[in-house]
Amino acid sequence: MITHHEVLETNEMIQHENLDVRTITMGISLMDCMDSDTEKLKTKIYDKITKSAKDLVKTGDDIGNEFGVPIVNKRISVTPISLVTSGHGQSACVQVAQVLDKAAKEVGVNFVGGYSALVQKGSTKGDIDLVRSIPEALSTTERVCSSVNVGTSRNGINMNAVRKMGEIIKEMAYLTRENNAMACAKFVVFCNAVEDNPFMAGAFHGVGERDRVINVGVSGPGVVKAALESVRGADFETLCETVKKTAFKITRVGQLVALEASKRLGVPFGIIDLSLAPTPAIGDSIAEIFHEMGLEHAGAPGTTAALAILNDNVKKGGVMASSYVGGLSGAFIPVSEDHGMIDAVNAGALSLEKLEAMTCVCSVGLDMIAIPGDTPASTISGIIADEMAIGMVNNKTTAVRIIPVLGANVGDTVEFGGLLGYAPIMPVNKFSCEAFIKRGGRIPAPIHSFKN
Amino acid sequence: MKGIITVVGKDSVGIIAKVCTYLAEEKINILDISQTIVSGFFNMMMIIDLSASAHKFEKVENDLIALGKDIGVDIRLQREDIFNSMHRI
Repeated sequence: MITHHEVLETNEMIQHENLDVRTITMGISLMDCMDSDTEKLKTKIYDKITKSAKDLVKTGDDIGNEFGVPIVNKRISVTPISLVTSGHGQSACVQVAQVLDKAAKEVGVNFVGGYSALVQKGSTKGDIDLVRSIPEALSTTERVCSSVNVGTSRNGINMNAVRKMGEIIKEMAYLTRENNAMACAKFVVFCNAVEDNPFMAGAFHGVGERDRVINVGVSGPGVVKAALESVRGADFETLCETVKKTAFKITRVGQLVALEASKRLGVPFGIIDLSLAPTPAIGDSIAEIFHEMGLEHAGAPGTTAALAILNDNVKKGGVMASSYVGGLSGAFIPVSEDHGMIDAVNAGALSLEKLEAMTCVCSVGLDMIAIPGDTPASTISGIIADEMAIGMVNNKTTAVRIIPVLGANVGDTVEFGGLLGYAPIMPVNKFSCEAFIKRGGRIPAPIHSFKN
Repeated sequence: MKGIITVVGKDSVGIIAKVCTYLAEEKINILDISQTIVSGFFNMMMIIDLSASAHKFEKVENDLIALGKDIGVDIRLQREDIFNSMHRI
């Protein structure tokens, strides 16, 4: 029988430590919507999404009420759209984005991910059409998220695509210049993208997946921080054990919610994504965990080690708590979505270079980083190339979601609102990489032997 | 289906009576009950069986929240599964 103490502990996590299930994401394959007629294609996509996900939001809310744990987001991921619109041309891609937006609004989800292309080795005409359409698609829709996979450990890095990414990010920043470059916050560039990620902006429903699937992303940085408060000053063994046990508990809640959602919606359960995802709320921050571990600010020497400990032990605890773990599964270190990270940047403790180093030991990469609007496209491509190289060589997923805000300079702060938070403009290394990026072509796959 | 009721708030006369009266009317059986007072604050947990109740979980939950507002305490009803999942392997 459950004890009074256990009930109190769970409810303390929910009420005071921001324990929640961050997202239930329904993956929906759009492969069977393909049609040579663009209008028919659009109708099929709209119908399939609205039919499949019509009860998603209500079911999520019901489960949240019954278990007493908030389920913050209900979302949809779809087949990479470049595959579905192949042959229809660039303007048809934008129309499909608008259909996705309309379908998302109809079923009440706050984001739909999968306006994506996988071009790690090269691009088809369909991929090129989609990539070119991304700025217009994201600036004329509200809830559509987009991603492009430009590299993998098996294929190397498509540097033509990397060059293009810098250009389209600048274009998006210009098109949404009145709105703090909001389109860039809905776009992410990946190396080793995963097919079952429930988190935005990078979610898409991979081609290796079944027709529909329920993936769940758990969260809970506040719970980990609160648990660490009780072992302040203890050695690393105690620290690691505490993180592991907490991650186990958090993940079990996610697993329960996922199985229940799967049962009620009649859609198979896919995976739990074991990610610690912060929000701008006080007490829901990864940087606060670093502080509790003993660092004055995120970014101080020791931060990469602290993050490695956190990430590894979240996985160790979480893996046992769920039958299927997948997605990105790692601590997220977005700047704008974590008030402790923002404080660290403002205090001068955290630089872009330190963030890059931190991404070597965690998912998922440089996330929600605002930079000066006059940063050249080639420099943005250079930042992306560095991050992709880390992912390629280390066999892990890495990503870049970077926001050049026109008219803004170091010292300014931009507001994105809601879960996206606000961000101080971070300084970028001023030295040029233009000639390097201009080379074009492909970086060959790395060797995976001789591991020293 | 089993549920857990938690009642937290300033202590006063008749909190348990009022909650139990409501549960009896709804044909909800109480399987376990524990209660403490921590620095003047009333803290109660009940394990209940909802299987004989004619109403949906959501209605019972909302009724209890409303009852809590009347008495001046915070009442929550949650399915037992969340606690089992988190604390039992």
